[in-house]
Amino acid sequence: MSLWRQLSRGLRALTNRSAVDRDVDDEVQHYLELTAAAHRARGLPPDAALRAARIDLGTVTGLREAVRSYGWENAIGTFVSDLRFAVRRLRAEPAFTAVALLTLALGIGGTTAIFSAVNPILFESLPYPRPDRLVALWESHPDGARSDGTYGMYRELTQRAQSFDAIALAKPWLPTIVGSAEPERLAGQRVSADYFRVLGVTPVAGRDFTAGDDRPNGTNVVIISDALWRRRFAADRSIVGRQITLNDSPFMIVGVLPRRFENVLAPSAELWAPLQYEMSEGRAWGHHLRTIARLKAGVSVEQASHEYEAVGRTVLTELRPDSYDPDTRFTALSLHDDVTGSVRRALLAVLGAVALVLVIACVNVTNLLLARGVRRRGEFGLRVALGAARSRLVRQLLTESLLLSALGGVLGIAVATVGVRVLLTLAPTELPRMRAIGLNTSVFVFAAAVAMACGVVFGLWPARQAVRSDPHAALQSGSRRMGGGHRGMRSGLVIAEVALALMLLVGSGLLLRSLQRLFSQDSGFDGTGVLTLQVQTAGQRFNDNEATHQFFSRVLDEVRRLPGVATAALTNQLPLSGDRDEFGVHFAAGASLPAASHGAFRYAVSPGYIETMRIPLKRGRTLGDRDGPNARRAALISESLARRQFGNDDPIGQTLKIGPMESPTFTIVGIVGDVRQLSLALNESDAVYTTASQFLFADDAMSLVVRARDGDDAAMLAPAIRRAVWSVDKDQPIVRIATMPDLLAASAGARRFALILFEAFALAALVLSAAGIYGVLAGSVAERTRELGVRAALGATQTRIVGLVLKEGLVLAACGVLAGLVLALAASQTIVSLLFGVSRLDPITYGGVILLLAVAAAVACVVPAWRAARLDPASTLRAE
Amino acid sequence: MDENTDVIQGTLDMLILKTLSLQPLHGFGIARRIEDISRGVFKVNPGSLLVALQRLERSGWIDQEWRTSENSRRAKYYSLTRAGRKQLDVETEDWTRRVAAVARLLKAEA
Repeated sequence: MSLWRQLSRGLRALTNRSAVDRDVDDEVQHYLELTAAAHRARGLPPDAALRAARIDLGTVTGLREAVRSYGWENAIGTFVSDLRFAVRRLRAEPAFTAVALLTLALGIGGTTAIFSAVNPILFESLPYPRPDRLVALWESHPDGARSDGTYGMYRELTQRAQSFDAIALAKPWLPTIVGSAEPERLAGQRVSADYFRVLGVTPVAGRDFTAGDDRPNGTNVVIISDALWRRRFAADRSIVGRQITLNDSPFMIVGVLPRRFENVLAPSAELWAPLQYEMSEGRAWGHHLRTIARLKAGVSVEQASHEYEAVGRTVLTELRPDSYDPDTRFTALSLHDDVTGSVRRALLAVLGAVALVLVIACVNVTNLLLARGVRRRGEFGLRVALGAARSRLVRQLLTESLLLSALGGVLGIAVATVGVRVLLTLAPTELPRMRAIGLNTSVFVFAAAVAMACGVVFGLWPARQAVRSDPHAALQSGSRRMGGGHRGMRSGLVIAEVALALMLLVGSGLLLRSLQRLFSQDSGFDGTGVLTLQVQTAGQRFNDNEATHQFFSRVLDEVRRLPGVATAALTNQLPLSGDRDEFGVHFAAGASLPAASHGAFRYAVSPGYIETMRIPLKRGRTLGDRDGPNARRAALISESLARRQFGNDDPIGQTLKIGPMESPTFTIVGIVGDVRQLSLALNESDAVYTTASQFLFADDAMSLVVRARDGDDAAMLAPAIRRAVWSVDKDQPIVRIATMPDLLAASAGARRFALILFEAFALAALVLSAAGIYGVLAGSVAERTRELGVRAALGATQTRIVGLVLKEGLVLAACGVLAGLVLALAASQTIVSLLFGVSRLDPITYGGVILLLAVAAAVACVVPAWRAARLDPASTLRAE
Repeated sequence: MDENTDVIQGTLDMLILKTLSLQPLHGFGIARRIEDISRGVFKVNPGSLLVALQRLERSGWIDQEWRTSENSRRAKYYSLTRAGRKQLDVETEDWTRRVAAVARLLKAEA
């Protein structure tokens, strides 16, 4: 009842102020009249009676105010009037407002954009039920390199391990769908039956896979994503049970996944079919399957990891699979860490960087507000002198700064909207959970909280400072000679700005130098003028190796015939493209060497590959047309593998096996230079090359590498090459078209991403801190007009006065640089993992950054110094 | 001025409620009635009274109503609600208890 009254009366007062005021007026007036009447009744004449009544009531206005100011709505009323006043103040100073808002919008917007990208990766849990129970199972070599799991280990684990509710396998699958619409290559996965049970997802239509589906030669069934269902099948509700054609084989759709399902292991996958693993193919122990599992309730990741290691060890001793290094380690890792681990540090560094920009933005706005507080000192003094409570003034000023930050926040969200788009285009392909990145509720809440915090932080200090002053002094002297104390604080803030800017500059400098170092690494091949296309074969007509080889060799012939093509070749994996195909390479015991196995990149290539890529031949010969299907099997090995196995001995003529031990023997015919396959930063280059036609099986996807004639733009060849491929078989999808230099640039994606963001933030920081120095100096010159005038009058030359101002600015910058150096030395630790070939203490970077800041500071000093030098001593002295 | 004092701190609400329990009154009437019944011992400050009336109204203890008064002026009349009556009982009991306690203390002192 009373709450309702509070609300309704308050709302009435807010919405119908005048009626409420009239009521109060009437009541007070009535009271006054009755009091006067009472005095008249006691015999006073009317005039005297009214006067006596007024005395009884005190001031009528005061009484009205006292009655009106009761109720919660008055707090809102005060706030609204504060707000109106704040709006008027901001509009009265458009330059101040624009600069402050722009600064805030950039700070808040940048932070919000980065937060939206970082939030799903670093702070949110994976979008599955009980995500803490999801683990990735990894095998790793003693040197730390991880390898994919094997079907054999999975099978043993399901039988022996107790820690898991379910274990599942997955591998990429790229089927081509044909039908009424045009053929399309889809991204998908082959998974074991429990895959969706491990993730905790059930189809919204149809059913999940069963153990019966996941059997060799089982029926072809497929589960599709919501996106594919809408895009390709027009959201047809009767889709379950429909037959579709994938790679020329009929598949039945048995289920559709929920719309919100996000597949973190393969974000672009749209359809899933059972693995249907054929144990008898001898590939049971091949490392090419991603293994994930769901822990039983109450089992910790450590316990599971422990058991996994124990089971793995037992399997290795009992079954001795030859594809396993006896020292293999087995680790269970939380799936969240597994998915996000690779970019975690880069993202944290970027988040830290943008937070620094936000702090600098706040510092700058604080500085602006302090300067404004000095200008408004007379106003505050007057209000205090007239009886305004200081708390009332603080409230007024806080309202102003909160209005500023709220507006800055709104603009910041606009900036963030653009920023997120830019981020997504810049983002490295390995950025996980890309689809979860966007502006959502938690991002808006974050932006609002940041804006709010900014408003309080940069508002409170200047507000307290402004009202602390003595009103008497403030009124007396205007604002001329005051502000010594303020200047001290403002100088402190500028020093902080410069220090923070230096940290950011050092960070981006180190990243820039790392990237330069990285790109000056020898990739081992010459990619300039090389265009690459990945061509895929799909369909039953390619079920035998012969047909696949035929197709690719005809494609190669067509491409080589094109004008403008200097050389062309095929390879099953392309360096620095994200391809990764590693096999065990086994060397038989020789005269002086024991038998040994090494993991190595396997290249199945056409003759001419080494020449087209200009990989240096170190010894022996390259692969040629004579290494055909019926000739003796020949292999090239990389220099590093040769050294690892043979030391200083000559490997030519030695033999090796690739993959299963029962596979045929290859003879080493040549040694070629090392090539960086995975990344320019990784010196992992053990490799073995064979011709595709001599290898054990035909790869169904091959990359064409085409070198344009000298000086031609390789990219221009793309349409002709595409036509050439399709002239051989028009149904075969071309998957990836890129020039080699583009692939090279993309291979350093995470570093480039971090670098671009750091550069942008560092630039913003540099500009903001230069603006800060300028602001403080300009204010200082304005405040010291009289002093400078006296100096000039006493004979100080213009040079001396310029020197005086410059010195003040440069001292600030120098203090900032010193403080920044200390901070940067400490903070550079956080980006160590992103650096390459550069020490985090790299003197060149630090020197360059200091120089850059010194120049920026000097530029910021020039205008105030010039203004000081042009002061006319006579007029400045008279001005007082 | 000498013979009348301001209402004891914290008792104004109770006095208003008590006054209104006899009959609905406007602000001046309440003040007048309190002064009359206390035989001029208490003097009600108009500011405190009007604010107290707002507070009591918001708390739901009294209702307000605009009526035409005896001399045909618009006047705001206050009347006790059921909740107000209960509140008056509570406050009366509380007050009696305190007075008794104070009286005992004063006696012990003497």
